[in-house]
Formats: sequence, structure tokens, C-alpha cells
Amino acid sequence: MTALGRLVRTTAFKIVAVYMILFALFAGGVIAYLAQHTQQLVRDQIVETIDAEVRGLYEQYNIGGIRRLVAVVEARANLPGSSVYLVTTATGATLAGNVVDVPTGTLQNTGWREITYRRSEEGAEARDSRALARVFILPGGFRLLVGRDIEERELIRQVLAAPARWAVLVLVVIGVAGGVFIARRVLHRIDGMTATSDRIMAGDLSGRLPVAGSGDEFDRLASSLNAMLERIEALMVGLKHVSDNIAHDLKTPLTRLKNRAEEALRSAKSDADYRAAIEKTIEESDGLIRTFDALLMIARAEAGQAREHMTDFDAADIAESVAELYEPLAEQQGLALKLEAKGPMPAHGSRELIGQALANLIDNAIKYGKPQAPGQPAEIIISAGSEGGTIRFVVADHGPGIPEPDRVRVLERFVRLEASRTQPGAGLGMSLAAAVARLHGGELKLEDNAPGLRVTLSIPAGVQPAV
Amino acid sequence: MRVLVVEDDREAAEYVKKALREAGHVAEIAGDGETGLALALDGDFDVLVIDRMLPKRDGLSLVAELREKGRATPVLILSALGQVDDRVTGLRAGGDDYLSKPYSFSELLARIEALARRGAPQAADTVYRVADLELDRLAHSVIRAGRDIPLQPREFRLLEYLMRHAGQVVTRTMLLENVWDYHFDPQTNVIDVHVSRLRSKIDKGFDKALLHTIRGAGYMIRDGAR
Repeated sequence: MTALGRLVRTTAFKIVAVYMILFALFAGGVIAYLAQHTQQLVRDQIVETIDAEVRGLYEQYNIGGIRRLVAVVEARANLPGSSVYLVTTATGATLAGNVVDVPTGTLQNTGWREITYRRSEEGAEARDSRALARVFILPGGFRLLVGRDIEERELIRQVLAAPARWAVLVLVVIGVAGGVFIARRVLHRIDGMTATSDRIMAGDLSGRLPVAGSGDEFDRLASSLNAMLERIEALMVGLKHVSDNIAHDLKTPLTRLKNRAEEALRSAKSDADYRAAIEKTIEESDGLIRTFDALLMIARAEAGQAREHMTDFDAADIAESVAELYEPLAEQQGLALKLEAKGPMPAHGSRELIGQALANLIDNAIKYGKPQAPGQPAEIIISAGSEGGTIRFVVADHGPGIPEPDRVRVLERFVRLEASRTQPGAGLGMSLAAAVARLHGGELKLEDNAPGLRVTLSIPAGVQPAV
Repeated sequence: MRVLVVEDDREAAEYVKKALREAGHVAEIAGDGETGLALALDGDFDVLVIDRMLPKRDGLSLVAELREKGRATPVLILSALGQVDDRVTGLRAGGDDYLSKPYSFSELLARIEALARRGAPQAADTVYRVADLELDRLAHSVIRAGRDIPLQPREFRLLEYLMRHAGQVVTRTMLLENVWDYHFDPQTNVIDVHVSRLRSKIDKGFDKALLHTIRGAGYMIRDGAR
């Protein structure tokens, strides 16, 4: 496509072209109306002048008869000007006046007409002229013609027409130039956007559309597209992270599994040995399945796929049922599970995912929340509270807690602090809870419980989560 | 019990068939959705085990078609998609239970047997009895050998579910799903602790234990002498 062709095809250019045509029509209309109006005005003035003159001449005729009229007309006809006079007898013989060659029949009837005539004093070089004239039949059959040259009017028309033509021409030129200018400007920015999009499509997800900072439509478009890209990039990074971790953290236990089976095949001596090896293998594969499920769930929660199955539920009820589920286990581990939740506490979201997130947090608290310092109460406090449109679930223990620098890190997948390496689990509990919080448009916060860990999962109540 | 297994993975299907036969059941296999539908409409099966992703006709539409034709045969949907929302879609399509792959055979068998018993008169009874243990669903009371046993509401529901499936294996996930209405895997032995608490209330101090742990599978309430 040529540069000109591309320019002509732009929306901006088309809009400018249409606008220009409309404007030119409008301007033409105004000029035509003005011309028409001016002509009308000139004609009215001519009519008025002629009328006055006819009245005056008629009076002269009344006073002094045809003789006086002829004298006055002779006098006036010789004055320079654009007036036209003619007095004839009933038969058409000229008595006085300054015109010849009046078309035959002109003087037969009274009234207004436009005539073509020649001035008598100009002689041979006389040329045809147009005049507006009134014919008057005097008593006695004499004809009186009084007129006024309208070449003047034609002149006015020309005077008006020439600038009008220029004006339209200038208008078109300015319009086209303006259209081209605007279209080019718009094109330039769109070209920038297209180029960036192409780059992003080619795989460079970090690219962003240029924002000029003027806050216009293009900036708004670019900003929202950038926000979209931001989200896509975050999702892609998340996905890559998941696959990297799957590759790393699932292959390790898979290798162990395989080694164990090979080992059994090589050195098992009795059925009991085989049975033990097989049982261990099943146990490990169960662990693998769990890890895999948790990973998938995190990935899907982060992709926002569970959103369509969100319902209204009672937050206090969830806290209570999960706490109740874990209470015997906590007791078995020598920890008291205390619940602080007063329902009903309406919330909107995935009951199942929130329940699972809470279960993971409580599970963690039971595993790692045993008091280390003497004198600390062996308890885990679970609370649900609603405040200013936010539901907060808190799980707090009096265990060793998590040192400040590690708090962000534990939210990442598969991160297990050194202290917890000996405990079972894949290190996905916290990151799943964080993913669930994000899915609901909320957050997961880790704080010092002095001593211990205090985890707060907050989600907006009742409202649809932010996209 | 006659079970139809609609599963396109030949090896997995044969494995399920063999294991079901060992458990005393009869299994037939269909390798695709259309064959599965035809067999399910013709044959007299107690339970249908249907994989969700099948050649020719997918599992969900198979179930929907069956239900449309008025067949109420219990359906267990198997799927590699195990997430909450997939489960909801599966059950909405007319499935009675949902099990995500990979599953253990003991879990599958327990669920098949629970489904086959579904609708049995016992489910509507207001009083469940196993040996000298009696649970009154209306009075919310549990009596063993004439002695009243006070239970927490959740313990009552746990016992109720176990007794409704008396003589059948009930797995941990079945308990979590039916007593707590959560479908996630709690990762630790939370259910075990609940069951052992319940056991200490209903079995402790009596000569005969009724609540048994089935190794590698789950739990079962049964009259040991029977």
C-alpha cells in the first residue's frame, strides 16, 4: 500500500473529508443566500427609485402636459448615470429619452420588465445593456418608460462570486491539509501501537504501548491495553513458574519412587520385603498426586477459573467448620484450638477454596505452631471478623513464628523453611492460601504474633472480586 | 452387583474389571461413549462408572442422555479433572458421585458399593441399628446396650453416615465430603482423629468393637460376629 493510499484509508482522513464536504456545502449555501439577498435588495432599491421617478414625471405631466414631460425627460436623460428614459407616442414614435432599440412590444403594456436596450448617445459603438424598467401609459396614449441599468447588479454578483470561489478553494485546501495532518498524527500513534503489538506477539511480553501523557483517547486505550498486557505477563510468568517447579519438584520424588521400585526388584528377599516396598511406593505416589493437585489448584485459582462457581456463604460458618474439623487433631498434638467468630457473616466467593485455604493455615499452625518459649499458651486462635466490607480470617499461634525476611518467601511455591524440612508436606499450603486470597481480590498477610505467627486472609465481603 | 465401566483406557478398564471381580462383582467394559450408552440402556446394571473424557461421546453427555431417557441408575463419574468446579459440573450433569484420577481402587470400590446401596430402604429409616448400637435420627440420640451415649452434633453425623453404610467400607474422603461438605484432601490425618474420638465413645467399655479400621481403605461399622 502506498503512503498516500494508507493515508486516504485512515478513519481520521475519512472523517475530515466528510466534514470538509459538509462545511463546503454550508459555506456555499451561505454565500448563495447572501448573493440572492443582496440582489433582491438592489432590485428593491431600483424599483423604489423608479417608482419615485415615475411619480415625479407623472406629476410634471399633470402640471405641464406632454410638452413639459418631454422637456424634463430630455433634461434627465442627458444627466450622467444609469437611469433610462423613453417617452413615445401611442404609435411608438420617440419623443424623448436616452435609449434606442427597445424591443418591440415592450411599450404595449404597463408594468415591470427586464429589457435589453442601447443607449442612443453612444451611437455606433453602443452595446446591448440590461435594464429593469417600468412602462407607464399616460392619459392620451403616451408611453413613458423609466428604467435603471442593472449591469451594476451583475457587477455585484461578480464581486461576490470571485471571493466566494476563492473562499471555497481555500477551504478545500485547508481542509485537505488539515485532514492529512491529523490523519498522519493519528496514524503515527497507531503505527507505534501496531509496531509494539507486533513485537509483543513475537514473544516479547515485556513490551508496553507508548503513553504520550496527554490523557487523550489514545492514552486511555494504551493504558488499558498495557494493564491487560501486565496481567497476561503475570499469568505467563506464573505459568512458567509452575512448569519450572513441576519439572523440578515432581521429578525428584518420581526419581525416588523409581529408585525404590528398582531397589526392591534387585534386593528384596521375601514377600514381606516386596510388600513393604510396594506400600512405600503407593504412599509416595499419593504424596505426588497431592502435590500435583495442589499445584493445579494454585494455577487455576491464579488464572481465575474458579470464579464462576462463587456463591454466597457465611464466613463465620466456614471458620467454625474448619476449626471443628481440625480441633481433635490439634488436641492430639497438645494444642488448644480456640475459635472467635460470631455469625452470620455474609461473604461471596468459593466456600470450598476458602475452606481449603483455612485448612492449610490451621494445618501449618498445628505442625509448626507449638510454643518454644516456656510460659506461652499452647493454643491456636482462629477468628473471623467483618469490618468495613472486608472479611478477615486470622490464624494465630504462639510457635517460633517466621523471621521477617522469610515472610514473603514462604508464600512462594515449594518454599519450606529450613526449620520445617523434617515435617511432611510439599510447601504448597501457604502459596495456595495466597492464591485463593488473590482470586477473591484479597490478600494473605503474615505478621509477628509476638511470639508466633499470625496469618490474616482477607477478602472483600459480598462484593464481586476485582478482575 | 453388576457394574458397567465406560473407560477408553483398555488397561485401566481391565484392571478395574479384575479388581471388581475379586471383590465379588460382575463388570462389563465399554471403550467409548456410544457403546457405553447402548450398554447402559440395554443392560441391567447396579452402578455405572463413566470416564469423563471418552471417544465418540463424552461422559457428561452420556449421563445427561441416560437421565433424559429416565434411567436412574447410579453413576460414578471418573475424571482427570478433579477441581471443585469440574466436580460441580459433573454432578449437575446427573452424576451421583465424582472421583478424580488417579484414584485408589479401594476408594473406587467403596464409592461403587455406597452408590449401589443408595436408595436402599435403610436410607429412609429413622433408626439405624448395628448389633446393640442404635441411632435415632429424629430424637438425635445414640444408645448402646441400653446406655445413652452423648455425642457432639458432628460426631452424630459421622456415626449416622457410617451406620447408613454399615457393612460397607467408607473412605476418609467420603467422610469429609458427606459429613463436612468439603472436597479437598486435608493432607493430614484429621479424619482419623475424629473417628478415633467417636470410637472411644461408642466402643470403649463394651466387649465388642463395632467401628473397624480397614487398612489402606477407610472405616466400616459392622457387627463383628456376623
